[in-house]
Amino acid sequence: MIPASFDYQRAASAEEAVSMLREHGEEAKLLAGGHSLLPLMKLRLATPSVVIDVGRIRELSYLRDGGDQVSIGALTRHRDVETSELLQREVPILAHVAGLVGDPQVRHRGTIGGSLAHGDPASDLPAVVLALGGTLVVQGPGGRRDIPATEFFQGFLETALAPEEMLVEIRVPKARGGWSYQKFNRRAIDWAIVGVAAVRNGTTGVALVNMGPVPLRASAVEQALAGGASAADAAALAAEGTDPSADLNASVEYRQHLARVLVRRALEEAGA
Amino acid sequence: MTVTGVPADGRIGTPLLRKEDPPLLTGEARFVEDLVVPGALHAAVLRSPHANARIRSLDISGALASPGVVAAFTGADLREEWAQPLPCAWPVTADIKIPEHLPLAVEHVSYGGDAVAVVVGESREAAVDALDAVVVDYEPLPAVVDLQEALTDRVVVHESLGSNRCYTWSLIPDPAAVDSAFAEAAHVVKERYVQQRLIPNAMETRGVCVVPQPFGGDYTIYSATQIPHILKVMLGIVTGIPEQKLRVVAPWVGGGFGSKLNVYAEEALCLALARRLKRPVRWTEERIENAQATIQGRGMIQEIELAADRDGRVRAVRVNLLADMGAYLQLVTPGIPLLGAFLYHGVYDIPAYAFTCTGVFTTKTATDADRGAGRPEATYAIEPAMDALAHQLGLDPAEVRRRNFIATEKFPYSSAAGLVFDSGDYGPALDQALELAAYEATRKEQQDRRNAGANKRIGIGLSCYVEMCGLAPSRVLASLNYSAGGWEAATVRLMATGKVQVVTGSTPHGQGHETCWSQIVADRLGVDPDDVDVVSGDTALSPAGMDTYGSRSLSVGGVAVWQATEKVIAKARAIAAHQMEASEEDLELVGGSFQVKGTPSRSMAIQAVAFEAFTAHNLPDGMEPGLEAQVTYDPPNFTFPFGTHVAVVEVDSETGDVDLVRYVAVDDCGNQVNPMIVEGQVHGGVVQGIAQALYEEAVYDQDGNLRTSTLTDYLVPSAAEVPSFTLGHTVTPSPTNPMGVKGVGEAGTIASTPAVMNAVLDALAPLGVTALDMPASPQRVWEAVERAKKAAEGEER
Ligand SMILES: Cc1cc2nc3c(=O)[nH]c(=O)nc-3n(C[C@H](O)[C@H](O)[C@H](O)COP(=O)(O)OP(=O)(O)OC[C@H]3O[C@@H](n4cnc5c(N)ncnc54)[C@H](O)[C@@H]3O)c2cc1C
Repeated sequence: MIPASFDYQRAASAEEAVSMLREHGEEAKLLAGGHSLLPLMKLRLATPSVVIDVGRIRELSYLRDGGDQVSIGALTRHRDVETSELLQREVPILAHVAGLVGDPQVRHRGTIGGSLAHGDPASDLPAVVLALGGTLVVQGPGGRRDIPATEFFQGFLETALAPEEMLVEIRVPKARGGWSYQKFNRRAIDWAIVGVAAVRNGTTGVALVNMGPVPLRASAVEQALAGGASAADAAALAAEGTDPSADLNASVEYRQHLARVLVRRALEEAGA
Repeated sequence: MTVTGVPADGRIGTPLLRKEDPPLLTGEARFVEDLVVPGALHAAVLRSPHANARIRSLDISGALASPGVVAAFTGADLREEWAQPLPCAWPVTADIKIPEHLPLAVEHVSYGGDAVAVVVGESREAAVDALDAVVVDYEPLPAVVDLQEALTDRVVVHESLGSNRCYTWSLIPDPAAVDSAFAEAAHVVKERYVQQRLIPNAMETRGVCVVPQPFGGDYTIYSATQIPHILKVMLGIVTGIPEQKLRVVAPWVGGGFGSKLNVYAEEALCLALARRLKRPVRWTEERIENAQATIQGRGMIQEIELAADRDGRVRAVRVNLLADMGAYLQLVTPGIPLLGAFLYHGVYDIPAYAFTCTGVFTTKTATDADRGAGRPEATYAIEPAMDALAHQLGLDPAEVRRRNFIATEKFPYSSAAGLVFDSGDYGPALDQALELAAYEATRKEQQDRRNAGANKRIGIGLSCYVEMCGLAPSRVLASLNYSAGGWEAATVRLMATGKVQVVTGSTPHGQGHETCWSQIVADRLGVDPDDVDVVSGDTALSPAGMDTYGSRSLSVGGVAVWQATEKVIAKARAIAAHQMEASEEDLELVGGSFQVKGTPSRSMAIQAVAFEAFTAHNLPDGMEPGLEAQVTYDPPNFTFPFGTHVAVVEVDSETGDVDLVRYVAVDDCGNQVNPMIVEGQVHGGVVQGIAQALYEEAVYDQDGNLRTSTLTDYLVPSAAEVPSFTLGHTVTPSPTNPMGVKGVGEAGTIASTPAVMNAVLDALAPLGVTALDMPASPQRVWEAVERAKKAAEGEER
């Protein structure tokens, strides 16, 4: 469990991080909370030659009320998302789910930006931001650009971030309607075997955890609901368009079954 | 039930806070890895990625050229270091097959994780980095993973042995009685259970550091081991270094669960490397190495048959085991099934008994002792089988058990398997457990939910268990072909200042020996437990001992401490009588002072006696100075703790999720020295048994690759996964030792697995599910429900 050797640099601002990324190119990795990157490095599945620590950029840790949306700095820790009164009031699903990530140690280190930038289909927060229809703000050498969450996740652990870009902010619309998060796992600390986020905010957004190489919208379910289908009928379509993998916890068939059951439960709980 | 905050004077039976905890909680405790050893080199081990392969060539030159590397060796390079291969101390039969097991494999690797080369560097990082530069050319051979497949010998793990069959051991005292019981049986139950392999995960992984001493060719070996005394003997044998030149120290040790009851390749390697390089050499195990190269537990296929009469009284039990040895025999690998061999009748009075076990080699990590070792397996066979019998008879599981209990008046009870159970009173433990679990009310709720067709089904599982601990009467061990004794040594020494030093041969690794031994001495002598110090785990300070495993510490090591204390008191009494000019019979020891009976004003404190013994100015004629006693206690019998556990689960029949909602444990470990430590042992033990039922499994693929080598894939549960336990106890002292104690280190693990699995099957029975492998993962439960549904639909059509 000893990582390969690497150089360590610390960035004091997003601008500095981006210029360091430019300098070192694909050899470099940003380090936020380290709770996804460091395990990969210790297993030598990731061997960056430069690690750029952005974890201490204070000004990227914030939660701001932006009228009809909430803006969250990329380096905000899960624990701060979980306990934010602003989110608990305006986007309760996000605060709730941040409290389901790993265990207290993980939540005190891991960041919302790291979780999204890592793009793990098994992670909880990407699905929630997808279901909410959030926006990701990234900064590159040429300045900032906005990427809708629906376009951010592109392949297994691949996102729309360019190698020289850094995620700086996440924006989510306020969503005070019904919601539900169904996390099916075996131990409290584990990633979801399958997870479902459902949010009613005018229309109903439904996103799936661990049902394919990327975090997914359950489009067939959403369309059925929009067309007036019952929760049970819509949920029956939950596995459509998914491409889950098989692992020690679940076969493909079992995951698809779970998706249908959990979507139904989520829709019932959200009152869709 | 909660004992925190109760004032405790430290006498036997009081929940004294653990003396061990302040250093552990403040980080003052030092583990092997924490020891600062100037000039120490770091070893890293290269392991085979193949389960079975020939080594065509092995080139270490790249590693030797890596920065910071001091030396690197192949198995062939070190062949001459070994006077003997790594030991198996329990060759259970005369014709057992034992493969040669060298610390570094030479031509052939037999499991994924087998050590093939070692790199020694100035730092751990340098050594680990250089492993990548070793080039090994393997010729992969087919793996042998499945036990039944192994028996066919289509692929033989060790060609020189000619077969994968390691041994067959039977215990059938009266075959005719068994046959006739089955011939006459009104009901026969025949079940097959699989004990999945488990990976013991101590908080502290293994680690060793060997320091050559400046003079005399001596070596000090620091190791995270449960068995410094046994290790010293064995390392002497393996390396050819005279035993008396070795000193083994187990500093603070962070758990073991049996996995550190062993003699490992890395311990021998570090010693040989220190001898060769004339420098201290250390090695620390990584978590993944712990999964691959530390022993694993369980790994058996069990067939159990019960022959019962019309009323459900069991007349015979017949058991057939196929036990996975893994690739090599570690210290007591073949003996593990035998530790359960005598207990497959459980708490029931079954007059005819047949047990047979065949051990087979596979291309997997060796198995060996894992908390409970043999007894959890026995309990997991008889208790589900009793449920199957209850099902067949349409009786409540509690009723079938009650009908078959060994009657209280039959103790000491001679079992058909040939043991004498010291004491027992099984009914009250069952009654108490059922009451604490609100059994009747829960059964009613279960029925209500069934009637309502609820998705979440309730299941209630019982487990009545008995185990044997206090390993062991040395003569019994001899009859089982075990190569050592089962005694334990203790010294109790009163110092000139009146403080007490206890030296114990029983080496703790988390249990709380220091607290309990202090309580025993404090209780007998009437001194403050804080005035008692306990020395252990260093063969230079405590030369005699048999160490800690098999829930033996209190009932063997603790009894030795008690007896040594009694000897000290006898000598002290003689000194006090001499000084006080009283007769010994007239003196009583009260609150730490000898008093003349009826005249409490005439007294002499035990501390004053100790000082007199030290100065020796005025001792009885012919008496030696000093106030200390040494005892080596060989127990006359095992002890037999017992109890009843009840699990209540809620099973989501739609997703297969099992939620353990209530857990009741009523244990009887005889007299309790420290009830808080008893509770702690039960808590941890129960969680470990729950883990086998619901979470943990070492999964190998067809090619023999371990797929659960990290703690992300190998699911060790935490406090978050279990409910708060309801504990109760009964007290049936053991008549075989003066303290009336039994042992409780493994009871929770032994009892809990069947309680949970019986509960899961109880929940699913109305759906037609009658069997389920462990762990009862959600997918497994879901699949079983789906299969049962399809079978039911098929029948309807
Ligand atoms: C024991 C354990 C349990 C866990 N359980 C869960 C769980 O149940 N659910 C769950 O969702 N997650 C879980 N996690 C993951 C955890 O939430 C991580 O913290 C999170 O996924 C990554 O955040 P981080 O800040 O630690 O990122 P890091 O590990 O520092 O980085 C992850 C990746 O993102 C990149 N990155 C980080 N920040 C940025 C940025 N601002 N811009 C661009 N790239 C960036 C890094 O370069 C790296 O490639 C668990 C982790 C552990 C160790």
